[in-house]
Amino acid sequence: MKAAVLVFPGSNCDRDLAVAFRAAGFQVDMVWHKDQDLPAGTDIVGIPGGFSFGDYLRCGAIAARSPIVSALKRHVEKGGYAIGICNGFQVLLETGLLPGALMRNAGLRFMCRSVPLEIATTASDFTNGYDQGAVISLPVAHHDGNYQATDDIRRALQGEDRIALRYQSDVNGSVDRIAGILSENRRVLGLMPHPERAADEKLGLTDGQAMFTSLAASVVDA
Amino acid sequence: MQDPEITDELIAAHGFTPDEYAEVLRILNRDPNFTELGIFSAMWNEHCSYKSSKKWLRTLPTDGPQVICGPGENAGIVDIGDGQAVVFKMESHNHPSYIEPYQGAATGVGGILRDVFTMGARPIAAMNSLSFGEVSHKKTKRLVSGVVEGIGGYGNAFGVPTIGGEVRFHPAFNGNCLVNAFAAGLADADKIFYSAASGVGMPVVYLGAKTGRDGVGGATMASAEFDDTIEEKRPTVQVGDPFTEKRLLEACLELMQTGAVISIQDMGAAGLTCSAVEMGDKGGLGVQLNLDLVPQREDAMTAYEMMLSESQERMLMVLDPSREAEAKAIFDKWDLDFAIVGETLAEDRFLVLHGDEVKADLPLSKLSSTAPEYDRPWEATPAAAALADAPDIDSIEGLRALIGSPNYARKHWVWEQYDAQVMADTLRTPGLGAGIVRVHGTDKMLAFTSDVTPRYVRANPVEGGKQAVAEAYRNITACGAKPLATTDNLNFGNPEKPRIMGQLVGAIKGIGEACAALDTPIVSGNVSLYNETDGQPILPTPTIGAVGLIADPEDLIAGLPEDGDWALLIGETTGHLGQSALLCEAFGREEGDAPAVDLAVERRNGDFIRQNSALIRAATDLSDGGLALAAFEMADAAGLGVALDETDTARLFGEDQARYLVACSFDQAEALMSAAAQAGVTIAQVGRFGGDAVSLGATSVPLADLSALYRSSFEAALT
Repeated sequence: MKAAVLVFPGSNCDRDLAVAFRAAGFQVDMVWHKDQDLPAGTDIVGIPGGFSFGDYLRCGAIAARSPIVSALKRHVEKGGYAIGICNGFQVLLETGLLPGALMRNAGLRFMCRSVPLEIATTASDFTNGYDQGAVISLPVAHHDGNYQATDDIRRALQGEDRIALRYQSDVNGSVDRIAGILSENRRVLGLMPHPERAADEKLGLTDGQAMFTSLAASVVDA
Repeated sequence: MQDPEITDELIAAHGFTPDEYAEVLRILNRDPNFTELGIFSAMWNEHCSYKSSKKWLRTLPTDGPQVICGPGENAGIVDIGDGQAVVFKMESHNHPSYIEPYQGAATGVGGILRDVFTMGARPIAAMNSLSFGEVSHKKTKRLVSGVVEGIGGYGNAFGVPTIGGEVRFHPAFNGNCLVNAFAAGLADADKIFYSAASGVGMPVVYLGAKTGRDGVGGATMASAEFDDTIEEKRPTVQVGDPFTEKRLLEACLELMQTGAVISIQDMGAAGLTCSAVEMGDKGGLGVQLNLDLVPQREDAMTAYEMMLSESQERMLMVLDPSREAEAKAIFDKWDLDFAIVGETLAEDRFLVLHGDEVKADLPLSKLSSTAPEYDRPWEATPAAAALADAPDIDSIEGLRALIGSPNYARKHWVWEQYDAQVMADTLRTPGLGAGIVRVHGTDKMLAFTSDVTPRYVRANPVEGGKQAVAEAYRNITACGAKPLATTDNLNFGNPEKPRIMGQLVGAIKGIGEACAALDTPIVSGNVSLYNETDGQPILPTPTIGAVGLIADPEDLIAGLPEDGDWALLIGETTGHLGQSALLCEAFGREEGDAPAVDLAVERRNGDFIRQNSALIRAATDLSDGGLALAAFEMADAAGLGVALDETDTARLFGEDQARYLVACSFDQAEALMSAAAQAGVTIAQVGRFGGDAVSLGATSVPLADLSALYRSSFEAALT
């Protein structure tokens, strides 16, 4: 059971994500952005939060053109799992692995707080450890988390049950209160909230834990 | 380019007094050239030399069994057991932030983070103590939004949790805001890096970002009063790039792991000049720099500009020459500049080459070790008259006056712009007492706070200085932590005025007494003087940053009151309203003396809290706003009402020191009261938590009403 956490210059939640993966039983490799390949046997790729390449040009835009991202795309095409959190979600959108875009928060300010979220679908290996409609609390910390998409994409996400998480009330202006979405094959999740910051009993924050443990269970079963 | 001729005007413009310039001539036995004049000015200004404060700073207690490294290095270092150390410092970026708030504050954060990781520590927590002018002043809103955005913009991208701080408003800061940035990092106690160079002929390596013209003369600017030419000073503010800083952090820590680093110094104020001189001076060596080899961002820079540039995100290092290729590979990996720009010399010499010319040839040790030092005349602040008439006010109205003021309103508008949880070790985010982070990979925790009450310091510098330390001690104590050590950021007006100098002398005396009595030595710090505009000084603001350790997680006190809990007040209440928040906010009066601080009682009450942490569900220190505000803040945090029996305004809002409000179950309360009786600690039940109303004596209002005011008044005032 192997996870690979990508490290771009400016990533700053890479260690946090590795800790959460390990706690769920994964063996974790940190993979540098200039690498051409993922370690053999990688089950899931984690794209961490942070400010890859300083958020210069557009959040995630430069990272999406890194050598390692070609390997990520091959991994996903073969049906591999990937999770992109915060800046990692931005990277997934810039690579085209997930549809839509993240714009500046409606309030135009950086925002760090815990927010209530609804589990909008349990039909994924990331969310099947939760109850449908369950409300969980996860920290958000972003300046550009305002999810926007064309009507076609919104209809597809809705119709194909690919909205994984919704803010319970408006947080950053995201359309349909979308906080996280799944790929067509439901094996790629991008989300703005930070489940890796809420996966530790000792911090008193555990609502993100099930995302890693259910994934681990799925990988073992597969 | 032809260097300008050294004229009297040029000498004065570099901040030299005639006596100081005469000393330069005596040292050199000749006239300095333009570059040399710039180097002397950078080393001898107040900001770098501490020439007005050094005599008094020496009186501070800086030692203790827990201290690994006291003042004088980039940051102070304290032992936290298990071979680990916490490395921390607080530093001001006041003048730049007033001129250009976003970049001024951002580079203040960048500078303090660099101070910490230069020593081999990974930054794990940041805080900021901010002082602004009155909200109605035309500049205040722009300053607040720019400074807060700048702090967030830098710290968030760098990836350090910002877990605490203060924000205050007072008309005395209308012309000079204060931005005091604190950072703490974690290091292995046996892998700490210092700035002293060693070995002759060792390569001096330049790391990080390229050098540009930004910030030329910044340290000299920070050592002068402001006047109406302030707009012309904008080009002296540096521009920060947290992305480069983050890469510099990772590259430096990676390089330090290899053992190739002999010594390292970040380039802060006066950039190349200060860092090269410090490394040489501390190592008893000379340094030669060849400026042709310095990575440059702009064309045709002169030696003067390069030596005084304050471009950010740069480091200077003395490298083990056999490890050059290895070191360069690490910096190449992170796409950062790495250039050998000079070498260490056996003789006492600072030699700067540029083109084919010698641009400076100075006795290195004379630049820092023998920088001028003054015993400036000072006048003790006259004793404040006791408050003549204590006002009366309906208790709830008094509370509304406090929580409706941006000074005491809940400040989530500020702290939610800071990432408080990156690194996934944050146990308590800003808002209620000290911020707490876990020491990664262990169950130990570190608590951080920054405190000062400038009103007190103005009225009574000695007691005010003591109080700043005592409040920091209490905030650390209230979460169950043991205070380990402190850092001080002394912000004052023009020290050439005896009255201002008297404030500085008095405050240092008070701080020293308190740090000695409470066993919290000062291990690092910074002095910011000349905070005056058109002759109007700021309130004297000696900010104290404190660090505490929770070695056993069982000792942590981080709960919230529960329904039915008793509210117990620890410490003696006399109802001291002089210089109180109530007097200031509800009546617009800043009168009377500061509350006296009994350090023995502080110590006894603090020890009592720590010894009985198992009996305490929630605790907070009492400071501004006294019992009434502390009880309300606890109630608001818990979403639970509170009823205090007290009816007397002075006893509700008085700011007597050495006090805590704690919440306990009935059984715990009984045990705590009997423990207090045995320990000789004053304790009293003052009320109960529960319900959904706040009752102060006979008056009662819904908690929801007060919370709505408390949670909206900051944003309402500032946006």
